[in-house]
Amino acid sequence: MFYRETGQFKTSYAADQQLFPIRQDRIAMAMLLVVAFVAVPLFASEYLFSAILIPFLILSLAALGLNLLTGYAGQLSLGSAAFMAVGAYAAYNFQLRIEGISILASFFLAGLTAAAVGLLFGLPSLRIKGFYLAVATLAAQFFIVWCLTKFPWLSNDSSSGVISAQKLVILGYVLESPREKYLLVLAIVALLALGAKNLVRSATGRAWMAVRDMDVAAAVIGIRLMPAKLLAFAVSSFYCGVAGALYAFCYLGSVEPDGFSLDLSFRILFMIIIGGVGSILGSFLGAAFILLMPIFLDLTLPPAAAFLGLPFSSATVSHVQILLFGILIMFFLVVEPHGLARLWQIAKEKLRIWPFPY
Amino acid sequence: MNRVRKIFLAALMATLGCAAFAAEEQFFPITSYRVGPYGANGMALFGGFIDYLNYINLKEGGVNGVVMTWEECETEYNNAKGVECYERLKTKARVSSGPIHPLSTGISYALIDKTAADKIPLAMVGYGRTDATDGSVFPYAFPLVTTYQMQASAIVRYLRDKEKGSLAGKKIVYLYHDSAYGKEAIIALEAEARLGKFELVEIPVAHPGNEQGAQWLRIRQEKPDYVIFWGWGVMNQTALKAAQKVGFPRDRMIGSWWAGSEEDTVPAGEAAKGYLSATFNVAGKAVPLIAEIEKVVYGAGKGNLPDPGKIGTVLYNRGVASAILSVEAIRKAQEKYGKGKAMTGEQVRWGMENLNITDARLKALGATGLLPEVRTSCANHEGSGKVKIQQWDGGKWVVVSDWLEGNKSLVHPLFQATALQYAKEKGITPRNCAKES
Repeated sequence: MFYRETGQFKTSYAADQQLFPIRQDRIAMAMLLVVAFVAVPLFASEYLFSAILIPFLILSLAALGLNLLTGYAGQLSLGSAAFMAVGAYAAYNFQLRIEGISILASFFLAGLTAAAVGLLFGLPSLRIKGFYLAVATLAAQFFIVWCLTKFPWLSNDSSSGVISAQKLVILGYVLESPREKYLLVLAIVALLALGAKNLVRSATGRAWMAVRDMDVAAAVIGIRLMPAKLLAFAVSSFYCGVAGALYAFCYLGSVEPDGFSLDLSFRILFMIIIGGVGSILGSFLGAAFILLMPIFLDLTLPPAAAFLGLPFSSATVSHVQILLFGILIMFFLVVEPHGLARLWQIAKEKLRIWPFPY
Repeated sequence: MNRVRKIFLAALMATLGCAAFAAEEQFFPITSYRVGPYGANGMALFGGFIDYLNYINLKEGGVNGVVMTWEECETEYNNAKGVECYERLKTKARVSSGPIHPLSTGISYALIDKTAADKIPLAMVGYGRTDATDGSVFPYAFPLVTTYQMQASAIVRYLRDKEKGSLAGKKIVYLYHDSAYGKEAIIALEAEARLGKFELVEIPVAHPGNEQGAQWLRIRQEKPDYVIFWGWGVMNQTALKAAQKVGFPRDRMIGSWWAGSEEDTVPAGEAAKGYLSATFNVAGKAVPLIAEIEKVVYGAGKGNLPDPGKIGTVLYNRGVASAILSVEAIRKAQEKYGKGKAMTGEQVRWGMENLNITDARLKALGATGLLPEVRTSCANHEGSGKVKIQQWDGGKWVVVSDWLEGNKSLVHPLFQATALQYAKEKGITPRNCAKES
């Protein structure tokens, strides 16, 4: 009913191969973009921007990067946070050391730097697979954080090792308010998400999926494994690197290497597991779940406890929140092991035939 | 209809009442942590902080009638969560705001720009960005009482006094937590080493520091005269046990103030006996104020600590000291901007910049000796720079020195240099401190 495709005939290859073949999807997407670009900046509060929307978009981008590598190319990685760190520190250094460089150029170069580092740490993937590869990428996680702490040049000899992001200036205009930062992040994330969506439909994306499903078979049908895997590492690290630069410049404002710990890598991994491995939408849903659920619980638990007359201190709230969060993760994984994106797909299928299910 | 009107009137009265009441409330945004790896430390420190606010409310009815209120948000010592908490509490801190104490160097760094933009004072009592001592560049950030660099310098001074005035030719190992926290002090120690002609050996320990075999082996080879130790959390007890294992005398090992609490020494057991550490607040219930808080606040059943046995520990007393500084800043601000009114963040900032807590004032508060005299100004957001050295006797911390001040003329120029670099990076024009009143 809601998703009735009757009457939508595809009369050309272009129409058949477009990003959103169903008209309703196109309308929904256009509306979502209008809301995100126009309505939200008009009405959202400062808290919503700086504490929820900006981190949500940035972490979605990082999750998207990991999803390209793990979900599409099948290479498990535990180094996403480290690649984010590379991006953050690279963007800082480009801004610092190249006079008059545009901030967007530094973000792009930061992505490229992260891609180069990712390429390097992707080399073991040619020989090892699965869990063993995860352990190898763990080395990236520890090495990069160690490296950023060890060499003071990277943090401009700051006595504490903490870097403080420079001002965001685009064409002489200084972006200061959370709203402007949100728009910048949104634009970059939307662009990169579009890129990712197209990439996974291209020959490269299909090659990745072939490698993921069975690399011997992929090699047999003529996919060269080495370029495919290394490209996946490079692209994924590029996304993580840009996310890291945004994390430092648009969200926290100052970062230290310890902030990009294994903990963050795991969080990003959980995002794609819960959101949906091998799904662009899943990266966003997963980031929203992992990031927003604790805040939501944090805001609703104390009033709920007060209503029920339970003596909750802020420590108890935290404990209960962690508990509930864990239970919810297990619940979702039991109900739908393929993640929230799959749930959405099922819902879509149901809506398509509603109200006349077979 | 009548009933509806009644309800409506009641609601109206309630809102009006609230509005009238809100004018006399001083709000404190508290970004605390009570769970996670450092939860135990946060519990004791924020317990002390909130107990003192409660004490002021119960004992004096607030500051000149302005009642202290607060809201806590759990950060788990995590930077991203800390920023989220700050953004959440910020909206409530518009009308009136006490200083915010993140008790985490990482969160302080993330909040420095944000608090300056939102005009909320950021207090970093014994941690955080130390070059904020230069208030001309950092109007809203206060590394109060003392900083890592001044502490390192004061420790060197203590050792020099012990060695009858000269450390020339001695060897000192600096064993530190390899993070922003541990690295801050290096710059001051290096300057001291050049000045005092002693040899400095720097040995980092990776976070979390529960394995230090290699480091202590190296210390045994180096045979230093002293070990200056900058640890945090689980690293502290591990170091003490490792020192015992390699036979390094504990009374030649001297820790920073975050490596000198009961949480560090009690788990180390016998290995901690004789260990020295710096501190800017004394432990114990001998301070009259601490005993008074226990009587008044816990007597009224409003204590914040789930385990009252922690009253009088180093960290609890540090929380009380932090709260004293905050409340005194509000008192000072009220003197200028109107007694009996709630102070905005901007006004409290002025109070913090013009603190003058003398020994006489500390005595009047019942806090004699709890913390050193603190006197801040635009050019000096630190205010004191003094520490005491304490020693663990196996059961409690015993103070073994008077207040020792670090070498200000050596350390403060270092702050100014990095503060100016920061100002340049961020495009901040420093205030002229000579013109500030």
